[in-house]
Order: sequence, then structure tokens, then C-alpha cells
Amino acid sequence: MAVSGPVDGQTARHLQLGLEQDRTGLAALRTLGMTFDPILAEKRFGYGLSPRPELAPPHSVAEMLARLRSADRMLVTFPVDGFDRVQKRAATAQKIQRQIRQARSAAQKAAADKRLKTLFKAGRQAERAWLWSVMMRRVWTRDAFRERLVAFWGDHFTARGKNGAVKRAAAAYVDTAIRPYLLGRFEDLLIAAVTHPLMLHYLDQIQSTGPNSLKARRKNGQLGLNENLAREVLELHTLGVEGTYSQRDVRQLAELLTGLTATPQKGRVFRAELAEPGAEEVLGQLYGGGRARLRDIHAVLKDLARHPATARHIAQKLAVHFISDTPPADLITALERAYLDSKGNLPTLYEVLLNHPAAMDPVLHNIRLPDEFVAAAMRALAVSPDRYYQLKRGRPREQFIVQLFQRPMEIMGQPWLSPLGPDGWEEGDANWLTPQGLTSRLHWALKAPERLTDALPDPRILVTEALGAEAPPAVRFAASAAEDRREGVALVLASPAFQRK
Amino acid sequence: MSQKNWSRRSVLSAATLLGCSAAASPLITPITLASAPWDHRLVVIILRGGMDGLDVLRPVGDPHYAGLRAGMLQGAQPGLDLDGFYHMHPALAPLMPLWRRQQLGFVHAVSTPYRNKRSHFDGQDLLEAGTADLARGGRDGWLNRMLQAEQGLSGQTAFAVGHENMLLLRGAAEVANWSPDTALALSPQGTRLAELVMHDDPAFHDAFMEAQALITGGGMEQGMAHDLPEMAPDMGMVMDSQTNGRPAGIKAIAGFAAERLLQDTRIAAFSIGGWDTHRNQARGLNSALDQLAQAILSLYTGLGATWQKTAVLAVTEFGRTARINGTKGTDHGTGGAMLLAGGALRGGKVYGQWPGLSEADLFDRRDLMPTGDVRAYAGRIMRDLFGLNRAVIEGSIFPGLDMSDTPDLLL
Repeated sequence: MAVSGPVDGQTARHLQLGLEQDRTGLAALRTLGMTFDPILAEKRFGYGLSPRPELAPPHSVAEMLARLRSADRMLVTFPVDGFDRVQKRAATAQKIQRQIRQARSAAQKAAADKRLKTLFKAGRQAERAWLWSVMMRRVWTRDAFRERLVAFWGDHFTARGKNGAVKRAAAAYVDTAIRPYLLGRFEDLLIAAVTHPLMLHYLDQIQSTGPNSLKARRKNGQLGLNENLAREVLELHTLGVEGTYSQRDVRQLAELLTGLTATPQKGRVFRAELAEPGAEEVLGQLYGGGRARLRDIHAVLKDLARHPATARHIAQKLAVHFISDTPPADLITALERAYLDSKGNLPTLYEVLLNHPAAMDPVLHNIRLPDEFVAAAMRALAVSPDRYYQLKRGRPREQFIVQLFQRPMEIMGQPWLSPLGPDGWEEGDANWLTPQGLTSRLHWALKAPERLTDALPDPRILVTEALGAEAPPAVRFAASAAEDRREGVALVLASPAFQRK
Repeated sequence: MSQKNWSRRSVLSAATLLGCSAAASPLITPITLASAPWDHRLVVIILRGGMDGLDVLRPVGDPHYAGLRAGMLQGAQPGLDLDGFYHMHPALAPLMPLWRRQQLGFVHAVSTPYRNKRSHFDGQDLLEAGTADLARGGRDGWLNRMLQAEQGLSGQTAFAVGHENMLLLRGAAEVANWSPDTALALSPQGTRLAELVMHDDPAFHDAFMEAQALITGGGMEQGMAHDLPEMAPDMGMVMDSQTNGRPAGIKAIAGFAAERLLQDTRIAAFSIGGWDTHRNQARGLNSALDQLAQAILSLYTGLGATWQKTAVLAVTEFGRTARINGTKGTDHGTGGAMLLAGGALRGGKVYGQWPGLSEADLFDRRDLMPTGDVRAYAGRIMRDLFGLNRAVIEGSIFPGLDMSDTPDLLL
């Protein structure tokens, strides 16, 4: 598979065509007097370039926003089971677990054990299929900014199952609690995420009971308040750790949240008998006091969403995620003002972000997270969905996902959808650009592309397809000087120009 | 050639071969110039899955023990008598010489503050977070907070070995992470081209050069190793572990940790799984204990004279039920045992207060009652090993811990 020989005619035409397209595109833009760089936009706000002409980058901020507002085609093309399926499995698991406890014979118990095992296996297989769907969306979308936003907000509202049937439900959560709310107000996204059954499970809201609630009094004080969700709503989801709130606010919010819970059968429910009686004061504002109801919880979440500290916190996070670990102060200020002026209207924020000069800073600052790196590599290689679907169901498919994605991403430091804490993944580049992190990416780039494509691309073509006509000369040289295609492809994908965004 | 010289030389060779001067390499500078703040070494091994302390360290002197464990002990190999009251599981026989030299010890009936839920997920999080509950847990680990409490540490002071992103070492302080099975199947030409591609991006270049040095220093067979034929005989152990791309064996992991500890690293952490012995415990526990014994012996051999300055502690998220279950195993419990080793240790002793095993003595009438907190013992070792202030340990490393009653564990 050596590529050091003379370039054949077709390859040469390909190379030429790629260069010309880029040149004419850029020239056209320059004559229009615009500074928008489509290639840069696709790298910074998407998952990089695709060689497929139908997936050409957007030509303007307006086009990016238009694509974002158009129908969510990827959701349909590469579906992920809804959370209702997870819910159903959780309900079935609960039933089987009851059967196990009540089994009258060893044989009965063994049979139920086996049913439970099969159920959990189905959950595990679903999770692995989801991984493929999520990656394929990133590879085949014309609207990569949407996928990036899904990942960004999914991380901001990190939730995952801790045990049992919901353990592997994070992808389904992101599709139901995050994805439909990308284009609304932050407060609607906040309410959808914070009151989602998986979040209630993850941050122990299900265990939280008002100390003076009807239920707690019946159980003689065996049940109590759990502050976990309240604390994270303030510290992570809204005001941020620098926001001014006290332990009393946490406690009061936790009391206000009581009643909000979830069951495997019904999903999210509000149970007045769990609610702490009386009004609660959060950040100087009184909530509730009458009959306990979900509306008071929505009210406090809306107020927290509109708090200036939240505007600042969200502005900071967006700027860091999309631009740099140390974003320009005026970008944060601009986002903050846009947030306050628009009452947290998310598309307004995106527009301000995309139109800010920092968005077109030609220096790539951030390094892609492992899942972004893997997605970008697959996009550059235009990996076909059939690589997975042509495999036999069951073990072959599971192994494919484990070997090519789950295990490598774990070694890169980012086990799929499983950050250690509710604060999600680290943004700082130093956390990812470690000897281990870099080596494992290079290793993946050497091993995975062969299994993901029918034939590896010519590295000399890939370099333009993946990095554009203005690829760094060192990468262009390495791609042509590599001793075989495999190493050439790996060098392009592992290059800083490809790994930065 | 001593192992220390060997490692250092290969680091230098790697840098020179790649055509960068030793002085300019980001890796060489901290290794040769930075002075470590401490001289002692600490190794923390997390035993994932819930080790059955009652089987590892058998309280045969307790009148209720035989009754609780009869179904499991029948026909099994007898334990090794430690002090008349406790027998050690036979799979730990390779460590018996260390026990006789008083370089192996245990604490029995200890646990983290975790109670009642018995979930691996939460139990391990709490063990590594080192907090009293998980309300604030899951953000950083106690070993990282310990690093934060100290001034003048380099990024090499603490090393997480293996593939996982251990919560134990996660946090604001910089920590190195490497798994000795990380191989790079690049040709020599590919390696040179990779360096060229990384060259103009300092952060990438630094990480790449450091990785090259670690790979070569760890004895991996890859591009550069071909240029260092004289190193080959030393690589056998590590290479065995990465055949067929399988994860590094425990010997390789512990051996790599020892190698770093001989240099500027003072704290190393890794984990061993396989302790969740719900069924047929006799078999499962044997292999997990074999891994643990191998890890400790690899540290012992690898550290040489430095073993005298080393303390190793192996801790688990919870113990297991006092009674055996219907499948010759045990289920998630509460109190358990922790293992201590190292030349710095006052070993040959089982520490802790024995609570007894009568039904009334058990926690929830099912688990060994914890009479001590694993964090207190870990805190005491850190205090004596590194001269840490007790207020810092009880305030920020293990918030709210009271370590007043812990015995003197070091020489």
C-alpha cells in the first residue's frame, strides 16, 4: 500500500479539484468582503471537514443558523431509542427483582436471574448501538454545529445511570432532555434536564424527602432531605461556583425540590406527600407555601435561569468550549449581555458567538476532546454507516464498538458518556494533551481507520480533504513521506492541525 | 547497570535519537533538576469490587467464624497462621517472608464512612474521594488534595499507573498518568515524521517527546526500541504483558510504578479488580489475591533499597457479608480489611479493634462491624511518611476525619 510512487491521474485530478474548490470558494468570499472562513467554522464549530461534496461547510453565519433551524434530519436517520424504552426496561427489571426476592425455589430464582441478565444485556447492546448512531450523526450531518451543541449541553447537564437498567441510558437522556431544547430559552432546557428522571436518579433527588413531609412523618424520620440536586443546580447548572449563594440557599432549594421524583413505571412524577410543607426562600425570593406543586419548582428554576450570575456562567462556558481555555474578555461580556437582553434565548447566544471576531481567529486554540477527535477522524474518512450495520447482531457488533470506540476512548481519558462527576468533562487542554492521551490518539489513528474503511485513502489526498488547501506544510510532507498509507493516514489525523479545533 | 541508571539513560537516549538536545527536552529538565520534596514513597492500591476481609484475613480465633464460613472453608486449603487469632489466606503465601520481616501488616474491621447502600459505584467514589459522604464527592480525590497541600511539587511527583482516570488522583494538582502497555506501532520513519508534524506546536511536541521517553524507558518495543538493541534483554517482563494488545499485567504496572518511584515520583496509585466474589469465592479470590501478591512483590523487587522508605496501602470500597451465600460466595458488606506493606512499615502485626462476629456484633446483623476508618490509617501514614500537618489531613485531605486514636504504623 505504499504511496510514495508517482501520483496516478485520478489522484492528481482529485488533489487538483480539492485545491481549486477551496480556492474559488475562498476567493468568492474575499470579493464579497466577508471574513467568514467556512473551513475554520467547520473545524471550530463542527467535527471538521468531510470529503463528501454534499457535506460542504456552510458559507456564512446565516447559513449555519439556517441549518440549525432546519429539520433535525440526523435524529431520524440515525435514531437512538427514546428514554421511554429505558423506562420500560427499568420497570421490567424492578418486576424481575421482586420475583427474585419472592422466589420459592432455587429454579424459580435462577430463571428470574437469567431474565434479569438478558434485560441488562439488552441495555448494554442498546448503549453500544447508540454510540454508533451518535458518531454517524457527527459524520453525516450538514449541520455539525447542532451536534456540537448537543454534546456541549449534554455535558453541561451531565447525568448518567448509576445502576440497574438505567445504567446505560445517558444517550437516550441527551436525546430527550437536551436535543429538543437547543433552540429555545435556557430556562426551558434547564427545566427539561433538571426534572428528567435520569437526572433525578443521578443526583439522588429520588431519595430526597421533606423532613416534615407526610411521608417522613409516617416513617418516623427515617427519610430525609438529599441536597445533591439542589447544590448542583446552583453550582453547575445555573449560577456557577462563583455565584453568590449560601448553604442556606442550597438547603432551601433542596426543600423546595422535594416532591419531585421518578418511578420506573411512570417516569417523572410529583408527589405532594414527599414535599416539605411551607414556603422556601431561595436567593431572597419566596416560593411555594400553599399546596405543594411542580409549578413552584419551575418558577425557581426560571428565576435561577434569569439570574445575572447564570448569564455570566453560561457565557464563560460557551466561550471556553468553543474558542479557547482563555477566551477574550469581550466575547464573554458580549455573550453575557446577549443572554440578559434576550432572557437566555439560546439562538441569540449562538449568533453572537459565531459573529464575534474570536470565532474566526485563525489560530486554533482548543484541542478536540477524545470523542470529538474520533468523530472528526471518521468524518474525514467518510466512514459508512454500514461498517456497523453489516455486522451480525449481538457479539460481533458489541465487540466492534468496544474495540474501536469504548476501550480506546477510555484510554484517551474519556469513557463514553461517563464523566466522573456531575461537572462533566474538563475543558482545559492540559488534561487531554498528556503523553498517555496523545499516544492513545496516535495509536487509534494507526489501528482504527483500516477497520472503518474499505480502503484507506491516499494520505496526500486526505491531508487536503481533512485540513483544507492551507494544511501545514509539515503535515503535507509527512503524508507524502510516510512509508505506507496506514502511517500516512495516522500522521494526518494525529497532527496538531487536525486535533485542534 | 542499576535500574535507575538504565531508565535515566534510556530517557536521554530517546531524546538524543530524536535529534533534540537534552537540555531542551521538557522531560529531562524536571527529572534531572527538580528535587523531590520528600524522600519517602507511598503506593496506594485500590482493590475494586469489595474484598472479603473475612476470607483474606481469617479471624479463626473468633468462636463464631467457623460457623459463618463452614461451607466455604470445608476442604479448602488452610490459612497461614499469623498470630494465633488471624490466619492469612493461602494465596498470599508469597508474601509470608515479608510478614516475617515485619514488612507486611493488616488493619481489620475498617471501612470508609459508606453505609447501607452497598453499591460499588458509590463505594469506590467515596473511597477515592476520601470524604464523609458523596454530597461533595466525585470531584477530586484525597491523594490529589494531599498534593495540593504541599508546595514545590513537580508534575512527576504523583503517578497514576494504568488506563483508568482514577478519582483518587483527580483534582487541581498536576499528576502524571501512564500505562506501561501503551505501545506505539510506528515505524522509525513514522516516529520521525510524527515528531516533525508535532514540532511547531509546543504542547503537542512536549507530550509527544515525553511519551517517547516513557515508552522507551518502560521498555516497549516500538520504533525507537529498534535503535537501542542493548536495552532489549531488560524488556522481557513488560513486553510479555502487552502481547496481543491485552492490557498490561499487574507485574508490568507495579514494575513501572517502581521505576518511576526510583526517579522523581513519590506517590503512585493503581488498581486491581476481581474482588466481587458473589459465587465460587474460593476460585475468584485466589486469582485476585495472586494479583495483589504479584503487585507487592514487583514493587519490592523493583524498588530495591528504596523499599525501606516505602509504604504501600491496599484498600477496598467495602467488605463482604459475614455469612456465605447460596452460591459459595459472599455479597456486598460493610467492614473489611486493609493491607499494608513496605520497609517503612511497622508490620508483622494486625492492627484494629476486633468487634466480634456474634449476630449482635454484626453491622445490620449481616456484615463485619467497622471499628475504624480506613481514612484514619491512610492519614496517619501520610502524616508520618511525609510530615504532613494533622490539621491539613483532618481539614482538607479527609474533611471531618478524627485520627486521634490511630496507632504509630511506621518505623
